[in-house]
Amino acid sequence: MKLQTPGRLEAALGACVAGGRKCLVPYITAGLPDWGRAVEAAADAGADAVEIGIPFSDPVMDGPVIAEAGERALRAGATPPGVLAEAARLDVDVPLVAMTYYNLAHHMGLERFASETVNAGICGAIMADLPLEELDPWAEAASQVGLATVLLAAPTGSEQRLRAICERSEGFVYAVGVLGVTGERDRLAASALEIAGRLKALTSKPVLTGVGISSPSSAAGAASVSDGVVVGSAMVRRLLEGQGPDGVARLVEELRAALDSL
Amino acid sequence: MGEPSPDGRFGSFGGCFVPETLVPACQELEAAFREAWADAEFRAELNRLLADYAGRPSPLTACVRLSEELGVRVLLKREDLNHTGSHKINNVIGQSLLARRMGKTRLVAETGAGQHGVATATAASLFGMECTVYMGEVDVARQELNVYRMRLLGAEVKPVASGSRTLKDAINETLRDWVASVESTHYCLGSVMGPHPYPWMVRELHRVIGEEARRQCAELTGGIPDVVAACVGGGSNAAGIFSGFADTPAELVGVEPAGGAAVGKGSPGVLHGSRSYLLQDEFGQVTEAESISAGLDYPGVGPEHSHLAETGRARYENVTDAEVLEAFEMLSRTEGIIPALEPAHALAWVSRERESLAGRTVLVNLSGRGDKDTELVMSLTAGR
Ligand SMILES: Cc1ncc(COP(=O)(O)O)c(C=O)c1O
Repeated sequence: MKLQTPGRLEAALGACVAGGRKCLVPYITAGLPDWGRAVEAAADAGADAVEIGIPFSDPVMDGPVIAEAGERALRAGATPPGVLAEAARLDVDVPLVAMTYYNLAHHMGLERFASETVNAGICGAIMADLPLEELDPWAEAASQVGLATVLLAAPTGSEQRLRAICERSEGFVYAVGVLGVTGERDRLAASALEIAGRLKALTSKPVLTGVGISSPSSAAGAASVSDGVVVGSAMVRRLLEGQGPDGVARLVEELRAALDSL
Repeated sequence: MGEPSPDGRFGSFGGCFVPETLVPACQELEAAFREAWADAEFRAELNRLLADYAGRPSPLTACVRLSEELGVRVLLKREDLNHTGSHKINNVIGQSLLARRMGKTRLVAETGAGQHGVATATAASLFGMECTVYMGEVDVARQELNVYRMRLLGAEVKPVASGSRTLKDAINETLRDWVASVESTHYCLGSVMGPHPYPWMVRELHRVIGEEARRQCAELTGGIPDVVAACVGGGSNAAGIFSGFADTPAELVGVEPAGGAAVGKGSPGVLHGSRSYLLQDEFGQVTEAESISAGLDYPGVGPEHSHLAETGRARYENVTDAEVLEAFEMLSRTEGIIPALEPAHALAWVSRERESLAGRTVLVNLSGRGDKDTELVMSLTAGR
């Protein structure tokens, strides 16, 4: 059984922050045509980590673009073991984080899901529908193999709740930038700045803003308060439109430039 | 059937598996419901509306000709006679009152057959609230009448084109709406499913079915029925009637559609906020249910039913679409009551089991009336 080096994700992102570099984490739906090359292209173009979405039949935290990508991937035959096997073959030197929904882990068995994720070279996991109250069994299975569990923190959380999330989140704290599901937004929501500010006041872990960050300007705006951004729907849309890994790389470069100008 | 544990569990089932954004709303809802449920004034207002507006108590009908035909004494709890035509109104009036008390101005709901959507649209109209109902495209097509009723009542009906385009996907879409609108909006969930506190709260709001039925059975027969049977989609009408008899020797039987038998053919999984029996593939992807009845066309089931099944207090059977159509016609022909396709499942089970049930008394929850289904049945049986 492989073990991840506990703390690898936080160390990598923490090093960026310490060096004055804003973190850029693109999200790619696994199982789309060429998704593996898209992950590699994103890493080469300046991503500091990449999130890999393992598609689930009922993605309630996802808006139309990522939901559609998941449906297409499932129709094309994507499965958790298949995705993890492909992830294991990727040639990237930035950390990989799996994002999915709890039932896939629950069904495979928590310990097996955690260890297979780590065996695929992935060092973090995000469960979109597993809040603090339900976290313990999964967190225990993940920590046994050194897999970091990244927690979401939302604008609706009380001070006390955000503090508890910051304490238990590993790798980074994921600040949900809008009241809503994933998807591109025209402008940066005021809530993105507010939630990042609240979290930065509570933790020294890296705080990354995600959900609703889609353009270089919204990324730069969000990262003016937080330590970086997660960009999902805008990446995945390029894949759905057939722009392939090159389209992803171009967007990563634009976002990188905007973040580096801060 | 009592309270779930503090973490919202019935045995190992239930819980609150929702995106982080919604957790505070679920916790607030639990606190608000607890407070309201203990408040005599809230209860009095709810009871007044259930009586003056919804028409409760619903009668208990002793079937004469059907009982003769089957050799089983069949009693019907007539939820079909409630305002809007099904049991759904009990839950909706309760939740809408609660939403108003919490300062919410908008209701969102999912609907399968359209009965819960119609009930929610009705309550929104009654209380002057905004209302959006999500409904799978397949159901929009097969329950056209209810779509029109909802729009007439002032609700916005949004067809859902993702996934199986039925109830499961309507719930996904309603949850997505709620993630974005949670500050002003109450999710008026239509069955004993979803995250805690919904399974418990919705069952309590339907408890009135079981309490009335127990009293009515005692008056009519001097005792309790041998068997209490109800159809199970999410399981709200069943939970309501079971709650009146769980502490008696009566057998409790939930009837699922053969194509959506979560308890009968599923395994434990996590969907739509709770851990419960679920139809899923070898990887944990939720599979599509397939039933003639839009209201039961759902791959999951409320967590308390999973618990009742596991402890053996209730058992869950399933019937085919063909058996359901026969039962639909049988009740219409023998009793002058056209049932909805959902409760026709419970009747189909009684009919199939007539030999083992011979001479016994079976209470069936007639959860809704069949107007919404007559066109569909007409087209399915044309040329026969
Ligand atoms: C008449 C009727 N009965 C039953 C149901 C199924 O719901 P539940 O299992 O929650 O009672 C529906 C749902 O639409 C319905 O309309």
